Amino acid sequence: MNLIGLGLVGFAAILLIALSLMKRKSPPKWRVIPALMRLSRAVDLSVEDGTRLFVALGRASLLTPRGGAPLAGLDVLRRLTERTSLSDRPPVAAAGESSLALLAQDTLQAGYRTMGVSDLYQPSSGRLSGMTPFSAAAGSMPIIWDENISASILVGDFGVEAALLADAAERRNIFLLGASTDISSQAALFASAQELLVGEELFAASAYLDPGSSHAASLTVQDILRWLIVLTLLAGTALKLMGLF
Amino acid sequence: MRYLAVAIAIAAGLIVLISYFVPALAMVQSVLLNWAIILAGMAALVGVFNLISVHGDKVRRREKGNIYSAVLLVSLFASFIFGLALGPDQPYIRLLVNTVIVPVETALMALLSVTLLYASIRLLRRRTDVMSIVFLLTAVLMLAASATLPFGEILPLNNLIRPWIQQVLALGGARGILIGVALGTLTTGLRVLFGADRPYGDK
Repeated sequence: MNLIGLGLVGFAAILLIALSLMKRKSPPKWRVIPALMRLSRAVDLSVEDGTRLFVALGRASLLTPRGGAPLAGLDVLRRLTERTSLSDRPPVAAAGESSLALLAQDTLQAGYRTMGVSDLYQPSSGRLSGMTPFSAAAGSMPIIWDENISASILVGDFGVEAALLADAAERRNIFLLGASTDISSQAALFASAQELLVGEELFAASAYLDPGSSHAASLTVQDILRWLIVLTLLAGTALKLMGLF
Repeated sequence: MRYLAVAIAIAAGLIVLISYFVPALAMVQSVLLNWAIILAGMAALVGVFNLISVHGDKVRRREKGNIYSAVLLVSLFASFIFGLALGPDQPYIRLLVNTVIVPVETALMALLSVTLLYASIRLLRRRTDVMSIVFLLTAVLMLAASATLPFGEILPLNNLIRPWIQQVLALGGARGILIGVALGTLTTGLRVLFGADRPYGDK
């Protein structure tokens, strides 16, 4: 039995529940992430000028260990749908994996239902753009070009093909925020995207868009675990230097 | 009904998670994952219908670029019918994959290298800061160290600088990012397990 793994997950779960239930006296204060501030502005602008948002969720299956990023992406999609559901043009979501495309449709529909405008939901706003990484990128590029998009958000698990989408957005002078868990795509997006979320910032995006108690707790748990890992690494290094480990 | 769906989703998630740590539950985990794989296979079929519906609408409404949608639909139906009739291992079907799909994806890969080069040039115009300069300098150094040059390799670059950047700076940074991603994945997964986030319908 993997006791360390079980202990870590159990500790995180207990912390998450305790911090979610704890009533905060003051609203959470997080560091400023300029990319998310610009995203918020771009979303508001898209509602004002009647243009669309494009959310690409990547190509990871939820059945693989890379499934965390698309889950975070779906959460971002939900927040964005609720914020833009009353706009003239609904957001478009595309995924490079079938089950993720279905979940994107469901998330969009749930967002409209929450805002009480179910009749505005269009099934074609959640799409499968391709079955392989490059075909998904090629299938998403025409959406950026032709569907009156003013802001593109790549949030999920992408490979280097994300740079093709960033290039398509750049050519149309469209705001693009890139957030991927893949290291190589982060490097590609650093060079090509207007704004980039690095590493775990992807998982903070929905909390910044719509802070709730579980999101705030989730970020605090991540910080606590990160400090524990830092301390463990430092302790391990010190023990190694002293020849005790 | 809504609560039942949530309860089933949470219970299935918890069982799969716990069975990673408790080997006695591996059998149940295997059954649940097999069900999930069957559902994912079904989802692939539904996804193809979604693709047909979106591109069919584009052709019907004569939207911009509808010719490409028409080509996609014709290719999709042709591949499907021939694949069904001849089987996926038939030489002609393999030829279709090897002479159309592989070259097209390779061409996109080649296009990507040009795109990245162009993006790197634009980077300094868009974001002139220390990190952009470090990024570009590192990229140039790594390219110079990896490239086959007419006068042979540049020794300190290839023997000292490249391994140091790859094994110390890049590896350390990548591990840091991956630890952050793992923690984010853990808390996101737990939020889904507790039903705080539901990527399967209403809250």
